[in-house]
Amino acid sequence: MNKMPKWADVLLIPAINLFLAFFISGLVILAIGKDPIVAIKTMVQGSFGDSRGLGYTLYYTTNFIFTGLAVAIASHARLFNIGGEGQAAVGGLGVALVCLAVPWPHWTLALPAAIIGGALFGAAWAFIPAYLQAKRGSHIVITTIMFNFIAAALLGYLLVNVLKEPGNMAAETASFPPGAALPTFHEMLAPFGIEFNKHAPANVSFLVAIACLIGFYVLIWKTRLGYAIRAFGQSDTAAVYAGISPAKITIIAMLISGGFAGLMAINNVMGEAERLIMNSVEGAGFIGIAVALMGRNHPVGVFLAALLFGFLYQGGAELALWENIPRELIVVIQGLVILLTGALDNMVRAPIERLFISLNKGDA
Amino acid sequence: MDFLTLIQILDSTVRLATPLLLACLAGLFSERAGVFDIGLEGKMLAAAFLSAAVAATTGSAWLGLFAGIGASVMMALLHGLASITFRGDQLISGVAINFLAAGLTVVIGQSWFALGGRTPALMGGGRFEEITLPFADALQNVPILGPIYSELISGHSILVYVAMAMVPLSWWVLFRTRFGLRLRAVGENPGAVDTAGVSVVQLRYTAVIICGVLCGLAGSYLATGLAAGFVKDMTAGRGFIALAALIFAKWRPWQALGACLLFGLLEAIGNRYQNIELLGITLPGQFMQALPYILTVVILAGFVGKAIPPRAGGQAYVKER
Repeated sequence: MNKMPKWADVLLIPAINLFLAFFISGLVILAIGKDPIVAIKTMVQGSFGDSRGLGYTLYYTTNFIFTGLAVAIASHARLFNIGGEGQAAVGGLGVALVCLAVPWPHWTLALPAAIIGGALFGAAWAFIPAYLQAKRGSHIVITTIMFNFIAAALLGYLLVNVLKEPGNMAAETASFPPGAALPTFHEMLAPFGIEFNKHAPANVSFLVAIACLIGFYVLIWKTRLGYAIRAFGQSDTAAVYAGISPAKITIIAMLISGGFAGLMAINNVMGEAERLIMNSVEGAGFIGIAVALMGRNHPVGVFLAALLFGFLYQGGAELALWENIPRELIVVIQGLVILLTGALDNMVRAPIERLFISLNKGDA
Repeated sequence: MDFLTLIQILDSTVRLATPLLLACLAGLFSERAGVFDIGLEGKMLAAAFLSAAVAATTGSAWLGLFAGIGASVMMALLHGLASITFRGDQLISGVAINFLAAGLTVVIGQSWFALGGRTPALMGGGRFEEITLPFADALQNVPILGPIYSELISGHSILVYVAMAMVPLSWWVLFRTRFGLRLRAVGENPGAVDTAGVSVVQLRYTAVIICGVLCGLAGSYLATGLAAGFVKDMTAGRGFIALAALIFAKWRPWQALGACLLFGLLEAIGNRYQNIELLGITLPGQFMQALPYILTVVILAGFVGKAIPPRAGGQAYVKER
């Protein structure tokens, strides 16, 4: 059977899904008595209109690239890692411990150490669900959900009882040493004579995220391990015939996945808050699911989807500020995107496939 | 710990276990029919919101309850549409429903009541009142049994008793009726059910709708029985604890009651004591919060009796293969 062309699969269907998601969101905005056109203008103006908005948009984008890659690599091995939230939280712990351990002289030394700390802690948090899936057959979706809650409890305990500074009322760690402060876009672009807003939190982690996107591409499509992961994801029985160990691939894919999620902490913990606070992940781990689904587990797609959600997040904050529309509207859009691109995919795909098949018949 | 404290803790255990139990039985019907449901949380939240909103506007907890069930069933039908009709990924659909509920409840709540996503506090008939069972007052002074009857068994809202009655009812429906047999079969081997000339789609939709009704009861109880009104994210992970209880109970109704009471007890103890001294070790409150999840992981790991889900769970049924 002649399927539809690749461009339709890669571009047309996500575009229709996205259009539907925004259309329904527009109806929601209308239903609560606001103007969707004003809303979208406010969002675009607030997230791309000036360098402050752009800085926030790219800051959120950075978070979502990491968590999106985390979900994407697990998906290539046909594992649904819903635990990015917990892995990113524990990664934050790793980054905080690294940053507080040594009075870092310069960020160029602190950043690589924090990358290792965050990735290791995130990977470690993914290891137990991965091991249980690989060796005991425990459903990874359920175990990773459970580990999200366990991570929240663990971090709550550590922040209140162990890491909190005496005398500080808030449950948070001490501020990181100045040498661990990452340069923001303002500092990075100043030497080139580009004026970027001083207060926007986008920082050098964005470049690390871009490097991770490239690394992801190379890993998945250009290495033996990536081939093994994809082969296992396509058919585990065929993979076994090819001499690929399912247990090994499950664990490795989940370790890399947890590592990506943990890496997010260099952006939100080290780059922005410069200390570890309660609930530092703020749902970014879950947005990774939407990002990977929309981006179809490809780095280019993940980047574009992360940018879209960065825009939605920053735009949503502006909406709450200027239009008195709650930020939770973004959660609705996020839910719609996940529903339409993930669960209801066939609703859009099947009629379009039929359309292309009938068109092809017409040609022949 | 004296006797009265024990009674009080057990009393709050029953209250806290009720929403878990209803949601857990909801998941039981859905998952036994082969439709995984991690959207219990979202359905409960939607029901909690709409029940509180309607109860606050009309002053009737019963109207609230019906509205709550309606909201939950709508969400359930969406899940059915995605996972049965369009054969989408059931887990992803569940995740989406959780987000939709978390977002819509606040956006709509803010638009209706302008209280930052809360509903107005419910008073009088807007809440389910506590029912005093016959002779509860008269028997109060009988030693031991008196307080057990008048404090622990009597004095809950009607939904608590409904939840308790649902346990034997679910068991009977699932294990003693033709419908129950077919429902369980469709979760294990839908092909066989189809061959026998019974509609897989219809059975699964029925299961999903039952799941919606029970989640609706759970959410309505949260907002109009346990609390007095809706607050943002008020389910606070209860849908996932119910899911944990379902696995803990290995998808069986009586064991679900046990698991939900256990998790309710943990929450009750956690609410009452900040830290617990046990055998000379101080257990922090956070440990009590995490314990249901840790226990579930241990059960899933199969070190203490293996939890095996329904075999066809999570897979859409494709007729022409």
